[in-house]
Amino acid sequence: MSKQFLLDGQPVPFEDGQSILEAARKAGHYIPSLCWHKDFPAHGSCKLCIVKAAGRHVSACATPAKEGWEVESNTPEMNGERRALLQMLFVEGNHFCPSCEKSGSCELQALGYEYEMLTSRFRHFYPDRPVDASHPDVLLDFNRCIFCELCVRASRDVDGKSVFALTGRGINKHLVVNAESGRLADTDFSKDDLAAHICPVGVILHKGPGFAVPIGERTYDAASIRSQKLKEEES
Amino acid sequence: MSFELETAVNREGLRRVAIDPVSRVEGHGKVTLLLDEAGHVKEARLHIVEFRGFEKFIQGRPYWEVPVMVQRLCGICPVSHHLAAAKALDPVVGALTLTPTAEKIRRLMHYGQILQSHALHFFHLSSPDLLFGFESPVQQRNIVGVAAAHPEVARQGVLLRKFGQEVIRITAGKRVHGTGAVPGGVNKSLTAAERDELLADADQMIAWSRDAVHLARRLHESDRALYDEFGLFRSHLFSLVRADGAMDLYDGHLRLRDARGHIVRDGIPCADYEQHIVEEVKSWSYMKFPFMKDLGPARGWYKVGPLARVQNCDFIPSALAEIERQAFIAHGEGEPVHAPLAYHWARMIEMLHAAEVIRSLLDDPDLLSNQRMNEGTKGREGVGIIEAPRGTLIHHYRVDDDDLVSYCNLIVSTTHNNQAMNEAVRQVARRYLDGRQLTEGLLNHIEVAIRAFDPCLSCATHALGKMPLVVELLTADGSLADRVAHGG
Repeated sequence: MSKQFLLDGQPVPFEDGQSILEAARKAGHYIPSLCWHKDFPAHGSCKLCIVKAAGRHVSACATPAKEGWEVESNTPEMNGERRALLQMLFVEGNHFCPSCEKSGSCELQALGYEYEMLTSRFRHFYPDRPVDASHPDVLLDFNRCIFCELCVRASRDVDGKSVFALTGRGINKHLVVNAESGRLADTDFSKDDLAAHICPVGVILHKGPGFAVPIGERTYDAASIRSQKLKEEES
Repeated sequence: MSFELETAVNREGLRRVAIDPVSRVEGHGKVTLLLDEAGHVKEARLHIVEFRGFEKFIQGRPYWEVPVMVQRLCGICPVSHHLAAAKALDPVVGALTLTPTAEKIRRLMHYGQILQSHALHFFHLSSPDLLFGFESPVQQRNIVGVAAAHPEVARQGVLLRKFGQEVIRITAGKRVHGTGAVPGGVNKSLTAAERDELLADADQMIAWSRDAVHLARRLHESDRALYDEFGLFRSHLFSLVRADGAMDLYDGHLRLRDARGHIVRDGIPCADYEQHIVEEVKSWSYMKFPFMKDLGPARGWYKVGPLARVQNCDFIPSALAEIERQAFIAHGEGEPVHAPLAYHWARMIEMLHAAEVIRSLLDDPDLLSNQRMNEGTKGREGVGIIEAPRGTLIHHYRVDDDDLVSYCNLIVSTTHNNQAMNEAVRQVARRYLDGRQLTEGLLNHIEVAIRAFDPCLSCATHALGKMPLVVELLTADGSLADRVAHGG
């Protein structure tokens, strides 16, 4: 008999070492995330996977499941906190979905819909983040960065190039390119790198395709991010 | 330069009357009248009070984003901006010609846009004035009033617009602000099911459009004294025409006729527009005043849109609309028709043409092909000109070595009509308002004249960085604490 915990009253089996998020998704229960990726260690930065476990707010991606725990996730309280986190992510950057080519395939936007984010609620920061178009194949639009560090981790741990890093602290934190000039063209970054394909939002964009995918065929046009992510888990 | 009634000689002591906002037009504008003690009009201006900035903030963005971003200039004719931008950027990806599929799908999208916009304008915005009278009770003078008094007319208007919107949805992905056109082609072709969905209603749309032409014509002919004279002024006529002189709303070269109907400029390639058109800035409006450079601001202004296009072309390349064009031309008895209210009649002829073009395109198997994109040696600059519902729309971009937009110039349809609309306002003010006690119905005459042009005021104001702007900071007692002026 495997161990299990209760997620919103439903039993979820798990193996030792599995996080709450991993076990939940494997059992067909959706807990949202932006910075979590199955091929990388938990990062715990976006906090969208926040759940209440044994009375405490924890990141489901970074918290190992424990036998007998009662975990609250899909509740008005937790979803309200997720909505607030999304609203903060939106106002921190310059997210102009109407003309963003990632629209319809963007995880941040899809979660905004999933958690019924209807207003930005907080004052926009309007940070000044010029784009880096220096690379012949890839454009960086820093306006949309949510600091998930997936590109940082992919470039460092898989591509072996360490092209990206976060710098600055608190409100001044931002993504930078590891070159003296700060330009992507002055790195050994390639469009075939894993880091070029891992951005959940619209920062790292391949030049050329733009709006090649028509409305109706984009990732989240036909199915919500909830069902898409659970489907990925099954495959 | 200043035209008669543009600026009063002595503005002190004059009474100011404002129509703010002008209603049943797209966007926000106002009219101001300055009257002396006897009620004589000394100054009449159509002001555009919105402030945009697209030309500036598109700079530094990747070129492929432009067709999707700039269409946000407008919620009524976004397709026009979408297509003009895509056309301008085709050379940037080296697509000097498009595949037949791409060209035909763009044309289908565009004529769908013409149909829905013209239907919206005629039935929803203007028919209340035309069917009930300019001074009819204001409570009735709206689309709800039309639906009550003329339910079949209103129903057809709504369904014509809906059909146009469906054409746009099927070609661009959404009814408003889609993504169909991309530099070099289109991102989707039609499925047989989508084509059949449109085919099911296409013939009905032609029949209703024809009825609408006849309605507009009947209205015109039932009161020639009013329709031929109201707000009348004469000007040049400007539009695209096809190489053989046919009406073409998607592509062609530029042609100018003078007020007497003589072609005075023809065969101007779109890429050369800058050599011929310049814009004048005036301190009292956010909308610029374009004119033909070699004719000068006093003589070189012109009108655009349906009234210009129907008379600037040599023929309309669809059977039913051509018959209606000939009847329209005959109405002028050898002279061009300049009456602003004739815009409505001309607009309905174009709507009929659009319905016919849509119907004939739907028979074309190229719509279903997947040959959607072309590319070639990349370029760095492009001009895209299209005949939007309201007139000639010019998009011009330069792109730097990193694929970012470094220059953008937009001359929007309504901007071309700026002087023309001001002239119409002044004619009406002079003829109907001068020396009289002003009433809502009388002031509506001014709006009727503006509405005839179907202006889109939000599209037309975009000149960030070029407009003269003065900001004054006043202390609590009203004295000047600081003043910043920005040149024009």
